Amino acid sequence: MLRKILTILSFLAVISVSAVHADQKKIGFIYIGPPGDHGWTYMHDQGRIYMENALGDSISTTYIENVPENADAVRAIRKLAASGHDLIFTTSFNYMDQTLEVAKEFPDVKFEHATGFKRMDNVSTYSARFYEGRTIIGHIAGKMTKTNTIGYIVSFPIPEVIRGINAFYLAASKVNPDVKIKIIWNYSWYDPGKEADAANTLINQGADIIVQHTDSYAPCQAAEKAGVLAFGQASNQEAFCPNSHMTSIEDIWGPYYAAKAQAVVDGTWSSEDTWHGFKDGMVEMSPYNTKLLPLNLILEAKNMETAIENGTLHPFEGPIYNQAGELVVKEGEVADDGMLASMMFYVQGIDGEVPQ
Amino acid sequence: MSIELIIGILNIVLISTTPLVFAGIGELVTEKSGVLNLGLEGLMLVGAVTGFITLVITGNYFYSLFLSIISGVILSGIFAFLVLNLMTNQIATGLALTIFGIGLSAMLGKKFGGTPINGLNPYYFIVISFLLVFFVAYFLSKTKTGLIVRAVGENHNSAYALGYNVIKTRYLTIIFGGVMSSLAGYYISICYAPMWQEGMTAGRGWIALALVVFATWKPWRLLVGAYIFGGVAIMQMNLQAIGVKLPGQFFNMMPYLATIIVLVFISSNKLRLKLSAPSSLNIPFEKNQ
Repeated sequence: MLRKILTILSFLAVISVSAVHADQKKIGFIYIGPPGDHGWTYMHDQGRIYMENALGDSISTTYIENVPENADAVRAIRKLAASGHDLIFTTSFNYMDQTLEVAKEFPDVKFEHATGFKRMDNVSTYSARFYEGRTIIGHIAGKMTKTNTIGYIVSFPIPEVIRGINAFYLAASKVNPDVKIKIIWNYSWYDPGKEADAANTLINQGADIIVQHTDSYAPCQAAEKAGVLAFGQASNQEAFCPNSHMTSIEDIWGPYYAAKAQAVVDGTWSSEDTWHGFKDGMVEMSPYNTKLLPLNLILEAKNMETAIENGTLHPFEGPIYNQAGELVVKEGEVADDGMLASMMFYVQGIDGEVPQ
Repeated sequence: MSIELIIGILNIVLISTTPLVFAGIGELVTEKSGVLNLGLEGLMLVGAVTGFITLVITGNYFYSLFLSIISGVILSGIFAFLVLNLMTNQIATGLALTIFGIGLSAMLGKKFGGTPINGLNPYYFIVISFLLVFFVAYFLSKTKTGLIVRAVGENHNSAYALGYNVIKTRYLTIIFGGVMSSLAGYYISICYAPMWQEGMTAGRGWIALALVVFATWKPWRLLVGAYIFGGVAIMQMNLQAIGVKLPGQFFNMMPYLATIIVLVFISSNKLRLKLSAPSSLNIPFEKNQ
């Protein structure tokens, strides 16, 4: 009920930028959070701004923020479609069916759904290979930990998050076979207090590095206060924890958004599935902290980035075993995208079970 | 388990439970006088953002604390005027206050999200929260004014007939509750997770509301209840980190579930209900009745 009222209010707060020219294409965005979250939505909004700067007067943009992932999303998306938008980005996984529902009603409007897997003639999907970044931070963590204990704070048990844990652990245990990760599931993307509690709990249990897959920078702050190391999430968080922040995995949406908008302007847009990583610049590492990391480790990390880019290194190279000891990726092979997209198991060596 | 580990856990429990104690004890006093204020979440957010902005601009903890308290006085004052003088529905007005607070805090804080600040030591507030519970318990049970508050909450017509000023009493208890919520918010954005981000209280106002019912409107039980809620949340994190498999979603709903169980228990018996809940709770007071 509250969320409903908020959505209605946010409709009223739809922000339209610049006057509409006759041939100008209108591009809309649906955000799950506020652009000020310094995480997921913030980076999508940065992408929107990048697109505006790149295409100038040939487009105008609109966004609706704080749209819940339920039937309200249909109204928000339909509102954009009905008000003459040519291209609409829906930027969260659980807008999937809502996006398709509206797309059926508006066959002439193009839709782009982030992190989903259902497509139509006028619906594309796109996502980033964040796990490539998890491989880099796993490598760094494996080498930097002194207690061999790493604290990992996570949101919900969905493939994207579990893939991240596995990629991280595979890289960390490769350079440090004694490494253990302690995992806390928070069951929320965003609750700064709870994220701080989880970080403090992990530090109290001996973790000297904090990794997060939640949206606020509270864990990094908690690490700073306790004098342990941390990695940021989604955007560069060094400003909030300068003495503990080693690097962050950044989501870079701008070039993709600009390219798709240009395609709509040129009339060449078509439905496709995009899953980009380091190679196409959709995932980037924040500047490595030279105060905390030894120079040779920074070089190793950069070499790994290059190796992942040109395909000589894959985050999921066989042999990979699951917790039951079954071989899931054979030696000499790599996990295919189908397995990655539906990954709901831990690899061998991780303690605990995937929550159901 | 080593001593250090246990001390560490207790430390985290203390830090994470304190906002619940502040908001809960304030709401307890408000409800004891017969007014239900559902606006805690909004009050907390506005208190959090006001304190944060003032701290960023002035760099002075005293000013930021002061303005945060003032924000609570103003917002709860408006709420009091609406429900006491204009006799609007308390539930609707409280919900409106929450929605208003969420929006207002987001608007005020737009430019300040992501500004780094130096957090304040939480231990001052932790000590104050315990003293506060002691003070409120003493006030309600041992002082004359406390008795008047309870009389107003139990039967406002009788209290009025005895010559007590129902409206004035309720104004004061509502504003006390508002200030406590602001302090809870201030604590969250300045001590607990020193930052400002939209909606950062993440539902703690609702948990504090549930807590008052869970405590059956008794201050010491509220303190115990808050530490049960906070303690269970931290313990499940510790168990998870050790590798014990737990249903995390269950722990998220635990405070509400526990409250419903208590509600069912006290409502099953009319006398028990009478002994627990203030009888005039959520009933508007008309002078010329």
